[in-house]
Amino acid sequence: MSNNSEVGGPLAGRLDQISLKKNFSDLHPPLDSHEAAVAADRCYFCYDAPCVTACPTDIDIPLFIRQISTGMPVASAKTILDQNILGGMCARVCPTETLCEEACVREKAEGKPVQIGLLQRYATDVLMNVDDHPFERAPSTNKKIAVVGAGPAGLAAAHRLALLGNNVVILDAKEKPGGLNEFGIAAYKSTNDFAQKEVEWLLKIGGIKINYGKLLGRDFSLSGLTDEYDAVFIGAGLGNVRSLDIDGESLGNVQDAVEFISSLRQAKDLAELEVGSNVVVIGGGMTAIDAAVQSKLLGADDVTVVYRRSMEEMPASLYEQELAKSKGVKFIYNSRPVQIVGTEGISSIKFQNTQNDTEFSLPADHLLKAIGQIMDELPLELSRENNKIKVDENFKTDVANVWAGGDCTSIGEDLTVTAVAQGRDAAINIHASLSGEI
Amino acid sequence: MADLTSSFCGIKSPNPFWLASAPPTDKEYNVRRAFEAGWGGVVWKTLGVEGPPIVNVNGPRYGAIWGADRRLLGLNNIELITDRPLEINLKEMRQIKKDFPDRALVASVMVPCEEMYWKDIIPQIAETGVDGFELNFGCPHGMSERGMGSAVGQVPEYIEMVTRWCKESTDLPVIVKLTPNITNIIYPATAAKNGGADAVSLINTISSIVSVDLENMAPNPTIDGKGTAGGYCGPAVKPIALNMVAQIARTDVTAGLPISGIGGITTWRDAAEFMALGAGNVQVCTAAMTYGFNIINEMTSGLSSWMDENGYTSVDQLVGKAVPNVTDWQYLNLNYITKARIDQEKCIGCGRCYAACEDTSHQAITMSEDRVFDVKDDECVACNLCVNTCPVDDCITMVQLLPGQIDERTGQVVAEEYGNWTEHPNNPSKVAAE
Repeated sequence: MSNNSEVGGPLAGRLDQISLKKNFSDLHPPLDSHEAAVAADRCYFCYDAPCVTACPTDIDIPLFIRQISTGMPVASAKTILDQNILGGMCARVCPTETLCEEACVREKAEGKPVQIGLLQRYATDVLMNVDDHPFERAPSTNKKIAVVGAGPAGLAAAHRLALLGNNVVILDAKEKPGGLNEFGIAAYKSTNDFAQKEVEWLLKIGGIKINYGKLLGRDFSLSGLTDEYDAVFIGAGLGNVRSLDIDGESLGNVQDAVEFISSLRQAKDLAELEVGSNVVVIGGGMTAIDAAVQSKLLGADDVTVVYRRSMEEMPASLYEQELAKSKGVKFIYNSRPVQIVGTEGISSIKFQNTQNDTEFSLPADHLLKAIGQIMDELPLELSRENNKIKVDENFKTDVANVWAGGDCTSIGEDLTVTAVAQGRDAAINIHASLSGEI
Repeated sequence: MADLTSSFCGIKSPNPFWLASAPPTDKEYNVRRAFEAGWGGVVWKTLGVEGPPIVNVNGPRYGAIWGADRRLLGLNNIELITDRPLEINLKEMRQIKKDFPDRALVASVMVPCEEMYWKDIIPQIAETGVDGFELNFGCPHGMSERGMGSAVGQVPEYIEMVTRWCKESTDLPVIVKLTPNITNIIYPATAAKNGGADAVSLINTISSIVSVDLENMAPNPTIDGKGTAGGYCGPAVKPIALNMVAQIARTDVTAGLPISGIGGITTWRDAAEFMALGAGNVQVCTAAMTYGFNIINEMTSGLSSWMDENGYTSVDQLVGKAVPNVTDWQYLNLNYITKARIDQEKCIGCGRCYAACEDTSHQAITMSEDRVFDVKDDECVACNLCVNTCPVDDCITMVQLLPGQIDERTGQVVAEEYGNWTEHPNNPSKVAAE
């Protein structure tokens, strides 16, 4: 990584195009067919496999790996997609090191799990490349269902509902589909516009229409949806971010990490993106890590993640922290910001050590806030729990004929794969409910 | 350092590792490289009658099966005997023997089953200075359709007859190479012995179709849409070869007949196993064809180190060491009782033992909610399947119940004395204990 700049303040074009291209290529390059065969062969085909238990979408991992090893990657992909229709994206963004691969018995045996994520990517890539959509819709139920949000939860719900013979209309606030897959994932985790390709592929099931630029509460109401449709699924995600609520937050060059990541994903030319020389990221989740690593990859001289608790308590896994460190990101733990200092733009941030109350200062010309996302305003009739939508074990809300899933609900981790599982299971419950099965 | 020098039916070589008669020993160039790499001996690619050379197929002549990472486990071939003129082979053999006088050079021979052919060619070959002959009664493909190779090896009377002709033609040692494509190896081995053979070598390749090309619906290797049975060799055939070697070594009529062990030998350990079952030396082919001649260095150093560690000073001390322990099923001790034991420290929780036992054996392993696997002694018949399916070395072992302990499966006290099927009360033809 070369750096041409000694100038302070966010600046575009810190790196040349060649370095940028290299830095933002696939984080984990895909396996070729031989590598996949070798990796697949390491699977022990465990009984009642721990990896499956660890997968929020319950993919039959030993089966799909065995299908790869017998030369049937398309059948393998079908096994994956049966359970997780966004299996391609999840193969790229799942924190496998804390899910399936952590549970893999070879992790216990050798500290080197079967490369489940990369194998899943191999199989789903083969299927996407042959452009097969191996699902066929059941006969029409003549039911109409509205899905709010075209993110992982909404898309998974929509596909399952369509598969079961229902007609679906998705309403999404943005101008294109994908939700966090499109706007919230680090660029090097989803290269070549994969999120859009995956949605296009998913829609081949038929029976799904997407209306863009439609925000709940602004362009339509929940009661309007319940009047018009047989059921409603809300997969609206978390549309807002928390603020630090400290002095200096309104200074220039203080930015939400979510916005930084989104503009990076949507950028046609990475060299046009501005990044500081001394970047400080406040937070400890995947958003913080993604923002920090990408700042470094864009050419920032110095990138520091500051987290209020310990290394072990950080929501981003140790693996992700290590990855960030390997890219040159520094970490300061057990520290919280108390003041942002500067005149027009920021120049430094004052922190307090949460264990001994000592204060210290970090120079900064670009601050990225990643202390968590919160919900947009939602219809008042929906009950809340922990500031999210309250749902039961079938993802039903307190409002009749309204279900919800994904990050906006009060249950489950805020992960793509969890959102997919919830969307899928909500859809199954909606279908069963509408068809009088339950 | 253990002494690896070998004297096999009078043929001396610096180590007991010979290259089998096959493509690696087809010509001077290869054999020279083999000897330079350190091989103890070579059985030259099978020579045939003088005249128009043999014609091979011009499409693929090998097929294979693979394990993980395309590790070659079995190889099948439809190549014939040497397709080079006899006089060139003889000239090269003479040169090789001159340049490598300390190495064993054996001529493999296959000519039609008529006395004049054998009596004509054997003295001609002997003039090159070779150390002995190997009669190829083994190849199951191509030549067998012409009444040679395994077509001879499958008829004990022919083996005996041809062996006798050869012995009448030379004073050099004659080794008879046996085909495994028979029902009982003792018959052809006995025939060789009766014909005066100095030794037998086995196994030659097994008649096989290695795989089917499902696109073209034809066996592999496919020649213009058709395939034919070939000869199968490599690591996959080793168990079959070991059994046949042991049969010859432990059967009265053939015991003592020197055996050159062949069949999937890939490492020093494979060689040691063949020798323990009675092989005086070993011949290698597929391993060399897979990895090249340099594997000889692993084989010699491995065998030598193992012999040092175990107090063997010469290879002869090893030969046949396990033969007394090969017996018939009926003589196995039925009072020897073991139970599977799972080392919980080593267990990685894959559950393969559970699946194998629950689905296909005796339902003798339990699985807890948190994936702890345990053996139910009252169900365990000690079949060993869990040991074989477990991916972790020594995680599951078979532990003997000592005399006086109770076998929970039968409720019986483990007997101290040896007791086999011949004396068992359930045996309708049991013999009275003496």
